[in-house]
Amino acid sequence: MTTPAIRFESVSRHFGEVRAVDQVDMEVRDGEFFSMLGPSGSGKTTCLRMIAGFDRPTSGRIMLYGQDVSDLPPYERDVNTVFQDYALFPHMNVGDNIAYGLMIKKVDKAERTKRVDEILDLVQLSGFANRKPSQLSGGQRQRVALARALINHPKVLLLDEPLGALDLKLRQQMQVELKAIQKRVGITFIFVTHDQEEALTMSDRIAVFNEGKIEQVGEPSEVYEHPASQFVAGFVGTSNVISGDVALRITGSSQTFSIRPEKIHLGSMDEAVDSDMHSVEGNVRDVVYLGLYTRYLVEIAPTLDMVVVSQNLRTTSADVNSVKGLPVRLSWNKAHTSVLGGRGA
Amino acid sequence: MLNRLSTYLYRRPRLVLGLLLGPPLLYFVVVYLGSLFALLLNSFYYLEEFTGLVVRQFTLTTYAKLFTPTNLGIFFRTASMALTVTIADAIIAFPLAYYIARFAPKKIKTYLYIAVTIPLWSSYLVRVYAWKLILAKEGIVSWFFNLFGLQFILDKILSIPVIGGSSLSLSPIGMFIAFCYIWLPYMIVPIQTALERVPKSLLEASSDLGANPAQTFRQVLLPLAFPGVVAGSIFTFSLTLGDFIVPQVLGNSRFFIGQAVYTYQGTAGNIPLAAAFTMGPIVIMIVYLLIARKLGAFDAL
Repeated sequence: MTTPAIRFESVSRHFGEVRAVDQVDMEVRDGEFFSMLGPSGSGKTTCLRMIAGFDRPTSGRIMLYGQDVSDLPPYERDVNTVFQDYALFPHMNVGDNIAYGLMIKKVDKAERTKRVDEILDLVQLSGFANRKPSQLSGGQRQRVALARALINHPKVLLLDEPLGALDLKLRQQMQVELKAIQKRVGITFIFVTHDQEEALTMSDRIAVFNEGKIEQVGEPSEVYEHPASQFVAGFVGTSNVISGDVALRITGSSQTFSIRPEKIHLGSMDEAVDSDMHSVEGNVRDVVYLGLYTRYLVEIAPTLDMVVVSQNLRTTSADVNSVKGLPVRLSWNKAHTSVLGGRGA
Repeated sequence: MLNRLSTYLYRRPRLVLGLLLGPPLLYFVVVYLGSLFALLLNSFYYLEEFTGLVVRQFTLTTYAKLFTPTNLGIFFRTASMALTVTIADAIIAFPLAYYIARFAPKKIKTYLYIAVTIPLWSSYLVRVYAWKLILAKEGIVSWFFNLFGLQFILDKILSIPVIGGSSLSLSPIGMFIAFCYIWLPYMIVPIQTALERVPKSLLEASSDLGANPAQTFRQVLLPLAFPGVVAGSIFTFSLTLGDFIVPQVLGNSRFFIGQAVYTYQGTAGNIPLAAAFTMGPIVIMIVYLLIARKLGAFDAL
């Protein structure tokens, strides 16, 4: 196996009493699109800032392609960052912003102009070199920030929630574009986000952060289909997490498990259940018609609801609403349950 | 009743604007611009030397009098002083403002802020006279030099032609020190404000892109803080230009603009010449601001 792009060796970062990052071990592979996903305050941004060099670990080591960079200042690390607020220099035009890294490295003017034109082409902003950042839209600024980082051919590109300030349509478009650009340039991308959908869309692998620790690292499908902990099950998509006596009643074991709402079949009481299925009976407490699909809340035990999502393939709003209050049988394939270990279980 | 009045005003936003802006605008136009205009008008009259009366008749002879070697000397002297004080204050203020804006913990920041502005609470006259005592031949500065047997350095400095003198308290050097001290807060505050407005992420971005701290300072921080330096320099420059107390208390017999104006409009009763003298700093300030604009000082505003 090749040297990992980034390797965390039990890295911690404490701010006074707060353990923002707590004994994290992690490896980012060469050339992959790696997402650090988690709620705010989970330590993902601090990890990113430590890779960039804006923060230094309290303990542990950070390796960049095998070299210990823990104590190197940002300007001596071969990584570049796309900032959340883009951080474009307001007193320079787009071309000078993008060429900043090259200017610092004393690349000559002709070469600079040539490379700026090339990179502007890549981010689809040809002809914008003479504009000031204040004359650009949010999406355009974002591309300039990306170009300014990419032009230096860093070993690793860090992206700190770069799509957070964009509206939904633009964000989805940029997600696709970012992924395409990453494939084209072949640079390792480390992407910080709190948006699980974004992480699932773009990443080769995802690390889910919670309270300064990594809960799970894996491919998007793996993290989604087999969450390793209750936190992951709840944070990445929605999950029904069942434990204790109810779990015992359903699976014959009191181990906590999770099941995704869309995997559950909502059927009538007299429907037969296969032997490879788990099932439970309940009453439909509420029905929310959402156009594309319908969300049912089914009470399977006192004060315990399961969420069931079902696509409106053949049903209309009148059909789904008529189910309200009726007893139903929920069933799902045993293979779709994930037994949860780890913390919070 | 009050409700109906609010409703009435709510429906007429222009009236509200007029009521709010009217009085200050009136004051500005009548008192401020009016007096400036009166000044301009007076500078085109002249003083009949024989009778000692002001003749209200358009003439450029008063302005012509400004161009005697003595009066040109006054302008040159004052403008040079204002310029050196401004440059010195900018150099002293920047590191301090930088520390307050970027590094000082919140609590210390408040104290420093108070420390910077506290001199402004006491009378300017008292502070100028305090400097006279500090800089006098028997003052603490001389004493300090004497203590270490360094009197010869002070003598050497005072023997420099033009800016030297018999003692620090009677020389342009002394004036320079006092001016620098008195106007320093006016330089620190705008620079600090400008520095605080530079987002931290810009400095991080610069560093991220390979710039060492010196390069980041030169390429990012200084250009973005420059409007603050210019704002501060407008204060220090114009305040020095118009001041007549410091030259009076600490200077030698060579006049500064403020003293000339003071003398001509007072004892000499030559209001037109005093007015013409006053137009000097105004013209100098306009030139100064034009240069500042050319340097791009207002681009980032």
